[in-house]
Amino acid sequence: MKLTVWTYEGPPHVGAMRVATAMKGLHYVLHAPQGDTYADLLFTMIERRDHRPPVTYTTFEGRDLGEDTAGIFKATCQDAYDRYQPQALIVGASCTAELIQDDPGGLAETMNIPVPVIPLELPSYQRKENFGSDETFYQIVRHLAQPMDRTPEVTVNILGPLALGFRHRDDIEEVKGLLYEMGIGVNVVAPFDATPEDITRLGAAHANVLMYPEHGETAARHLERTCGQPYTKTIPIGVAATHEFVAEVAQLCGVEPRKDLSRLRQPWWSKSVDSTYLTGKRVFLFGDATHVAAAARIARDEMGFEVVGLGCYNREFARPIRALAKEFGVEALITDDYLEVEQAISDAAPEMILGTQMERHIGKRLGIPCAVISAPVHVQDFPARYSPQMGWEGANVIFDTWIHPLVMGLEEHLLAMFREDFEFHDEAGPSHHGGHAPKPVEAAQTPERVEPQPETGSDVMVWLADAEKELKKIPFFVRGKARRNTEKFAADQGLSEISLDTLYEAKAHFAR
Amino acid sequence: MNTPTSVPAATCRDAPILKERGQREVFCGLTGIIWLHRKMQDAFFLVIGSRTCAHLLQSAAGVMIFAEPRFGTAILEEGDLAGMADAHEELDREVARLLSRRPDIKQLFLVGSCPSEVIKLDLARAAERLTQVHAPHVRVLNYSGSGIETTFTQGEDACLASMVPVLPSTDQRELLLVGALPDVVEDQAVSLLTQMGIGPIRVLPAPRTAEAPGIGPNTLFACLQPFLGDTAAALTRRGAHHIQAPFPFGEEGTTLWLRAIADEFGVDDETFARVTAAPRARARKAIANASEHLNGKTIFFLPDSQLEIPLARFLTRECGMEAIEIGQPYIHKGLVGPDMDLIPAGPTISEGQDVDKQLDRVRAARPDLTVCGLGLANPLEAEGLTTKWAIELVFTPVHFYEQAGDLAGLFSRPVRRRALLKLEAAE
Repeated sequence: MKLTVWTYEGPPHVGAMRVATAMKGLHYVLHAPQGDTYADLLFTMIERRDHRPPVTYTTFEGRDLGEDTAGIFKATCQDAYDRYQPQALIVGASCTAELIQDDPGGLAETMNIPVPVIPLELPSYQRKENFGSDETFYQIVRHLAQPMDRTPEVTVNILGPLALGFRHRDDIEEVKGLLYEMGIGVNVVAPFDATPEDITRLGAAHANVLMYPEHGETAARHLERTCGQPYTKTIPIGVAATHEFVAEVAQLCGVEPRKDLSRLRQPWWSKSVDSTYLTGKRVFLFGDATHVAAAARIARDEMGFEVVGLGCYNREFARPIRALAKEFGVEALITDDYLEVEQAISDAAPEMILGTQMERHIGKRLGIPCAVISAPVHVQDFPARYSPQMGWEGANVIFDTWIHPLVMGLEEHLLAMFREDFEFHDEAGPSHHGGHAPKPVEAAQTPERVEPQPETGSDVMVWLADAEKELKKIPFFVRGKARRNTEKFAADQGLSEISLDTLYEAKAHFAR
Repeated sequence: MNTPTSVPAATCRDAPILKERGQREVFCGLTGIIWLHRKMQDAFFLVIGSRTCAHLLQSAAGVMIFAEPRFGTAILEEGDLAGMADAHEELDREVARLLSRRPDIKQLFLVGSCPSEVIKLDLARAAERLTQVHAPHVRVLNYSGSGIETTFTQGEDACLASMVPVLPSTDQRELLLVGALPDVVEDQAVSLLTQMGIGPIRVLPAPRTAEAPGIGPNTLFACLQPFLGDTAAALTRRGAHHIQAPFPFGEEGTTLWLRAIADEFGVDDETFARVTAAPRARARKAIANASEHLNGKTIFFLPDSQLEIPLARFLTRECGMEAIEIGQPYIHKGLVGPDMDLIPAGPTISEGQDVDKQLDRVRAARPDLTVCGLGLANPLEAEGLTTKWAIELVFTPVHFYEQAGDLAGLFSRPVRRRALLKLEAAE
């Protein structure tokens, strides 16, 4: 038993719903109690989908339990087939139905439904949403895709994008564009907008582009094994990664790595002098492994930030994220405990968070600006405009998105100069954010948390009054960094008190 | 004054009820925690459930309240399912950890879920045991918010009902208002009744455990919400007297609700008129403004919040709408009977749901406004139907005179918006 306040991932059947909802002509019959239908609103509200997810729930009740829940499942399955006439069915159980062991897959098999029926085994008490999406897509591919003749022209499949994904809709267009520039056609995009019939044609492609390993790696491996299709390992998020992706695809497909860089603005935007103020900004990264790994490289190599912490919530990818953290000289945070993430961010006192919707709220509480780089998503992560993360336009979008929460370069100087001005003052936050100004770090310390602080290390550091006062004169967006650097400096010097001199000695020590 | 101006000859109370079973598109009772934990300020709601339960609470809350909330889910894991004794030990450990971290908690609700009920985890026994361990500082209660036992607002009913047996006894003649309403609305109700000389007035749930009301044979209680059947029964078992009335939505509903209480307390007509005249006039005026857009329009209620019948009464009688179908998850005539008495026979009254069949009826009827849950609203809008999502009715202050106009506004806004937008030309 584990106490959870907020979760990064839902149960595995929600992952299956994300695959089903992304596809067309597929229907999901889910053995689940009344109430589990809440998951529909994730798609209709957060993603603003204009159709109900193609999911029929048995919604059994307490009084059904002693009776024939298996019968309810069969009747529901038949009704769903008759009404929706799908090309294929997927059937499975939610957490509660798993306990009553009706075996939806076995039941459906006895029913002579004239289309493929794909049973899903998603262990709700061990695994989570991303496992559910990856496993569901794999099962669909395993049941429907066969080796077949390749298309005469060079084509690839695009694997992984699905419903409720972070910018999947627009990433598909960017990837298609990159392929088009090399003269490579797209055989099938799946699960997004694919039909079961499309899945049967997967084997015709020459290779697979795996966009999101979280949702498609098992399927890509299966296709490599059964259909001899190699798949891409590079995720084209960021300028360098996109160049590498083009090179990798060109090599897999035996074509020239042609690319059109006319739309790519990020490198100049990052080099131009206005961006100087971004240098060494301390950022903390948290999200799904794929987006965090891409963002870490962008942050360091393409924005000039300093990565002070990184981690992911999906344990399946703990190993690569630990290796990445090592490369960046930080400790990887592998956890799905929201409070633990909040603590780590608070301890690291970054100047910006690159995270999920959950970290956005942590940032709000701690007064730290945050840009969203990964699922879990909220309604605002589905903008009406084109806003990819991948490819050349993705690099441009990321530059804009990441600097938006920050105080602008020139404004930093003005804030330092006019700190005492009653309107243009320190605690008002970035001027282009209107009423949503972040609070200063100190004021946002949460009163509700009463976790005991260890009585060791820098926590017992005493700030003398004049040093504390001077610290307050430092603008809020660098104050956390100044406090942390000073305490680290003092600790290294074996000091337990921080005076005004210590503060300025530390400043000189860390000057760059 | 104390009787409605027009009582229909044939009413919905006697109309046949269309009972359906099939896929129900409703929340489970856990959802009530979203508003209950804000109302009871020293209570914590610990769901014993699965990742699905935690995900539901998070999704239903819309990630609105990202402060560390006063609710959480103890997620059952593989090991908990194998050995029951272990599950109890684990629960004790999690509760001890929680209470040591949150010393402000005085009342802890162990909330049962679908999985905890299917594995027959005895939360009543756990609550008893934990009460002994943590007495006198914390009282531990339990109720079921599971989808196999409760729908949406029924969770509040189960929660309040679980509190009734442990409320102190009293012989005082007191009025008890039952149901968790926003403070601003509750204060208005108390103020109106106090001005009529009615008192003392107590509320369930009390904002803090120390203020819990007493119950006894001289307690008179009135429900503020139409989904509190089990709570009403539990109070009646303790000897309290239930004052039945239409629910206080709109000018007429509020007046009839207040009048029923006033009659029990012997308030004369003159006093009643003096206290209610001004707010009644204000309510009528505010409703008239909003109902301009609702007059003559048709409405279809899909079952969701249990407020459907009282709201249909308000919208048909005070806003000039015509109801095509009024669906409720379940119909408890002991509570909504007085509202049904005021709705003329005609609309289909349905109980339970087979959502696909019901949507077929919606599409055939093409109502001007469809009241439904969040999972259905956008798909129906995409089919050209105007919708009002029902969850807002539970989260927004809509009771009593001063909110009557707001209540009508919740329904008129989607209608006005559809008339306002000129998007077709642009497409």
